[in-house]
Amino acid sequence: MSNTADPVSYLDYQGRHKGILGWILSTDHKRIGILYMISMLSFFGVGVILGLLMRIELLMPGMTIVTPRVYNSLFTLHGMIMIFLFIIPGLPAVFGNFFLPLQIGAEDVAFPRLNLASWWIYMLGAAVALTSLFVGGGAPDTGWTFYVPYSVRSGTNVTLAVTGAFILGFSSILTGINFITTIHRLRAPGMSFTRMPLFVWTLYSTAWIQILATPVLAITLLLVIAERTLGLGLFDPAKGGDPILYQHLFWIYSHPAVYIMILPGMGVVSEIIPTFARKDIFGYKAIAISSLLIAFVGYLVWGHHMFTSGISDTARWIFSLLTFLVAIPSGIKIFNWVATLYKGSIDLRPPFLFTLTFIFLFSIGGLTGLVTGALATDVHVHDTYFVVGHFHYVMFGGTGMAFLAALLYWWPKMFGIMYNEKWIWRSWAFIFVGFNMLYFPMLIQGWMGHPRRYYDYVPRFHATHIVATVGSWVLVTGLLIFAITLFRSFKSRVPAPSNPWGGRTLEWTTTSPPPLLNFTQIPTVTRGPYEPAPTPTGGETS
Amino acid sequence: MKEQQSLSYGSYVLVWLALVVLTSVTVTIAGMHLGALSIATAIFIALIKGSLVVYYFMNLKNEDVMFRVMLLVALVTLTVIMVFTFFDISFR
Amino acid sequence: MSVQAASPATHHKDHTGARIGMWLFLFTEILLFGGLFLLYSVYRSTFPEDFHYAATHLDTLVGTANTLILLTSSLTVVLAIAALRRNNRKLCTIMLSVTILAGLLFMVNKYFEWHHKFDIGLYPNSKELLRRAPGENLFYGLYFAMTGIHALHVIIGLGVLSVMLWIVAHKPKKTITVGPLQSDRLSLVEDQRGAVWTHEGEGEIAEAVVTLVYKSNEEINDDTWSKLENSGLYWHLVDVIWIFLFPLLYLIT
Repeated sequence: MSNTADPVSYLDYQGRHKGILGWILSTDHKRIGILYMISMLSFFGVGVILGLLMRIELLMPGMTIVTPRVYNSLFTLHGMIMIFLFIIPGLPAVFGNFFLPLQIGAEDVAFPRLNLASWWIYMLGAAVALTSLFVGGGAPDTGWTFYVPYSVRSGTNVTLAVTGAFILGFSSILTGINFITTIHRLRAPGMSFTRMPLFVWTLYSTAWIQILATPVLAITLLLVIAERTLGLGLFDPAKGGDPILYQHLFWIYSHPAVYIMILPGMGVVSEIIPTFARKDIFGYKAIAISSLLIAFVGYLVWGHHMFTSGISDTARWIFSLLTFLVAIPSGIKIFNWVATLYKGSIDLRPPFLFTLTFIFLFSIGGLTGLVTGALATDVHVHDTYFVVGHFHYVMFGGTGMAFLAALLYWWPKMFGIMYNEKWIWRSWAFIFVGFNMLYFPMLIQGWMGHPRRYYDYVPRFHATHIVATVGSWVLVTGLLIFAITLFRSFKSRVPAPSNPWGGRTLEWTTTSPPPLLNFTQIPTVTRGPYEPAPTPTGGETS
Repeated sequence: MKEQQSLSYGSYVLVWLALVVLTSVTVTIAGMHLGALSIATAIFIALIKGSLVVYYFMNLKNEDVMFRVMLLVALVTLTVIMVFTFFDISFR
Repeated sequence: MSVQAASPATHHKDHTGARIGMWLFLFTEILLFGGLFLLYSVYRSTFPEDFHYAATHLDTLVGTANTLILLTSSLTVVLAIAALRRNNRKLCTIMLSVTILAGLLFMVNKYFEWHHKFDIGLYPNSKELLRRAPGENLFYGLYFAMTGIHALHVIIGLGVLSVMLWIVAHKPKKTITVGPLQSDRLSLVEDQRGAVWTHEGEGEIAEAVVTLVYKSNEEINDDTWSKLENSGLYWHLVDVIWIFLFPLLYLIT
């Protein structure tokens, strides 16, 4: 036992188990967060490779490298891995796990063992889903949405893949239960709900969606399994069933799930902006409430995924109208962020750079969302590349960029080391250019009528496909530089101070990396999350 | 939980008796062929029975108000899902 | 000062927190069955006559009996919890046993009910069902899905309650955990193995061999209460879901 001034960090703490067991059996929320991060980024890598393969196939009309059958599996797996393994659990499981207790001044989450179980269940689900690639009828080729009747008829391994998604849902639910209980029970003394950091607010909203929406997907997937194995006929028109009801049930989950993906990203942005604008956040309560509003409105709009599937006209205009409601809480957030930046003392460091990128790309995603949300225009662009482009602008440009921003913002806290900021800037240039080269042409193609998920295309789309494919290479180059820069920080080991960016939330008051129980003494909170401390520490002004 | 109230054995038995009576009522009404009214009464009685179990047996009675708010959120969500699906089904 | 905190320590015994967690889990169950109820209401509104006719093959008597059995088991489990609160372990054990027996009886009835359906050719994807009107096939599809998933929950509940019965019957220890006491800079934190870490003043940490756990023959510790209460919550929810399944499936002839 040492007598040094600093407490032993969670990275060095020697618990009951040594080595790798000390990680995969640890109930420490920080270690679990890192576990999620490693596993998730690995799956993300696989997803990226699948995406690259798809782009190479589309470089030329006709067959380039794979057969149509394999192409169908490629986009199915790319979607499944990216959505179920990366972007839905992404921010809550990695940064939520690591920083929720730190931000509310708690020692751990409410149910640490359940938390570890969530990770194991996540890995089990991932293993089952990935096994479906290699055994039996081959990789599923239904698209990530598993639409019936094809998912019931397909000879590929849909049953196993769906089982994997079902198990992953369990993990998501347990994480949600854990977070809500933690937020209700373990806030530090003085931390009222209106003193919680905004990231916590978004995690809270997200957790509610996880709890109330995921079970609907669970039962839907169970019924698909039952349909394939027992032939219940609930979705089979030949037996009286209605396939459109599958779409209803699927989107009752999957639309709110879109907010599971984006809300924590918005939370990260709300953390980073006041830190790098050196200001208190503008409109704290409005931003906090807007998270809950987005979560609620998310339940009212799922029908906009089904405008062309044959639902009633009444349902179509109601869902279209309600879809525009989402713009209100989203707008509240954007305007308050901008108002926070106004007259701020802006410090353009890498986390903030990626946050600005988030706002830019997400805005394009949001504006194209108006096109797809409006009934009249959606009928034209439905199931075209326009939707693919829109989705990637929202998900990768939104959540993906927020993930990268969070990684940069909290990296010093998680590992106690700084990275080379110059190289992050360089990687950003590649990522930004490559991203827009890759996805903007999709918007154009879709507008011109190029259907999504097609293996082949007519020559007039050739030029835009070439731009997009080259863009994918630029983008991946940027991501590689980004990853290598972070990896190299482990070698150069430039120590990070406890508060490198001048953040004001609680995680910056403890050491980098934090000790096992986060704080040497549980803090008492006397001010809002982004208000400056009464006695300025680092000569910072507000 | 020491801080938590518990009802007496007798009151639990009373609740159970009410549940049994309601069950026989619902079975009797179902036998009377009331048409559209029979499903309404059946669901109404099921709601009463469910509330009795939740309120007394599951001790919602003595829980913090937050538990009720949370339950309400879950039930409202379920209702919204049902109603909105029927925007499609009823007008096809 | 140097603080080596113990392993994910102070696993605080927050019983309210545990109950919040359990209720949240029950919400997921409600929404899980909610998906089935949604399908049911849609198909019933589409094929009202078929549903009525199909339901005539269900045995209302068995359904009613099973309803009463589950209601009674809900009563006994709540009595078991009340008994434990009053430290009446014997009554608690009896009531838990009755609950488990009732649950088993429910499953036996269910088995014969399903068995009978299979005998007369009513099972998923059977020729008999496919021959009939589409609404009847859907009714039976829902019947098997709903009662099947419900039965699965009964089985899980029985498992949970059996574990609780075992715990209650085996006289758990009353555990006392002290600390962390910050006022005098002494902290005693129990780690996962039950060893106690102490820390005093500015000095080092020593692993004490004393474990502050002592047995008591009569008193049940708070943890057992909390666990039994949460198991009870789960069992009640299974009952509540049956309360809705029963009229929707059995009473619509």
